[in-house]
Amino acid sequence: MQYTRNVEALKEGTVIDHIPAGQGLKILRLFQLVETGERVTVGLNLQSRHMGSKDVVKVENIALTEEQANELALFAPKATVNVISNFEVVKKHKLELPEEIEGVFACPNSNCISHKEPVKSFFYVRTVKNDTKMKCKYCEKVFTKDIVVEVR
Amino acid sequence: MANPLYRKHIISIPDFTREELELVVETAGRLKAAPRHDLLAGKVVASCFFEPSTRTRLSFETSIQRLGGTVIGFADGANTSAKKGETLADTIRIISSYTDAVVMRHPQEGAARLASEFSAVPVINGGDGANQHPSQTLLDLFTIKESQGRLENLALAFVGDLKYGRTVHSLTQALSLFNCHFYFVAPEVLAMPDYICEELDERGISYTLAESLEEVIPHVDILYMTRIQRERFDEAEFKQIQGQYILKAEMLNHARPNMKVMHPLPRVDEIEVAVDDTPHAYYFEQARNGVFARQALLALVLNETV
Ligand SMILES: [Zn+2]
Repeated sequence: MQYTRNVEALKEGTVIDHIPAGQGLKILRLFQLVETGERVTVGLNLQSRHMGSKDVVKVENIALTEEQANELALFAPKATVNVISNFEVVKKHKLELPEEIEGVFACPNSNCISHKEPVKSFFYVRTVKNDTKMKCKYCEKVFTKDIVVEVR
Repeated sequence: MANPLYRKHIISIPDFTREELELVVETAGRLKAAPRHDLLAGKVVASCFFEPSTRTRLSFETSIQRLGGTVIGFADGANTSAKKGETLADTIRIISSYTDAVVMRHPQEGAARLASEFSAVPVINGGDGANQHPSQTLLDLFTIKESQGRLENLALAFVGDLKYGRTVHSLTQALSLFNCHFYFVAPEVLAMPDYICEELDERGISYTLAESLEEVIPHVDILYMTRIQRERFDEAEFKQIQGQYILKAEMLNHARPNMKVMHPLPRVDEIEVAVDDTPHAYYFEQARNGVFARQALLALVLNETV
């Protein structure tokens, strides 16, 4: 049994679970988890009792920050983020929409100056009546959340 | 105490408080009544036009020189290092190290905001793509105040292209701080964008969507005309749409005596030439006011007190 546990359980790191199916690879890309060089385990289209199918991402030796967890709330609001230390869950992030988000999503406006300059993208996030809008700090265009998180 | 705009960047109308807008308007009025030649004495201002806009550039450069400052710069981006692939960030870092302020126009949205993050001196946005053109909005506010004696509780109609016209978007945002009532007169395809209407809703500002230009004229203090761009339509469609939004002199018979017609210019044929001779025409004075509004901005940004 010890053998099985080594494959599935994580000693140190982060487990992102309950990701809507199809979003798992995007999470790898946005948080540049592959580039960390750490071991990353990805499960795609896993069965879930509550959501039909889901993706799961496990990263070794990296603890996702509060800020990153909140960024996740933009496109996987029901995801769970557990930080693991010595096989124990030491932190369960509660996902809350950030008020500002820097450097994760590119601005959908192709004529926005942010694309070819030495700056990170930057959006102000605002929710009015369940409708989340993101305003680019540079071009000041307002986008619905879904348009911004689909780009890239 | 320094005025609130001293050493500030002038990028976007939503950055302004009501008090700051009033300060610019009031300063423009003072500079129009009593010209000053000393407020920019000894200052060098960069005038960086990465795309040509002759009128805006001449208006800014006149303002700088009338206040006693000197101008360096370029009139279009064709010969600048931007063409060689230099980033705007680097270009602005260099130019701002030579000068006391940077006036800039750029074809991309967000250029002025980005420049402000790399500039050692105040950046004044003279237009960034389809986004903002704050000095136009400030000259419009000044013109409204000058012609009506106030900015509060006015009724204004915006006519024509309300979808793409950044001028009307910014002016609406600014006037929403002064409890004005708006009439938006536009064909459906050129209607005011949702996000502006939503902002008005959130602030509890009332507005009316209207189809007929003639019907709103008796109800307003300011009739703000805009040009409908031919390129956006095929020829037949354009004629049909544009025909409904042409201001003719006889339509002004029932206008309020104080009503003024404004237009950001250039006009093509949306205001008949006969309107020019009525007491309601105010668009040429509006264009002239651009120099005073820009003088006010420059003076406030570069002087602790004006
Ligand atoms: Zn943008």
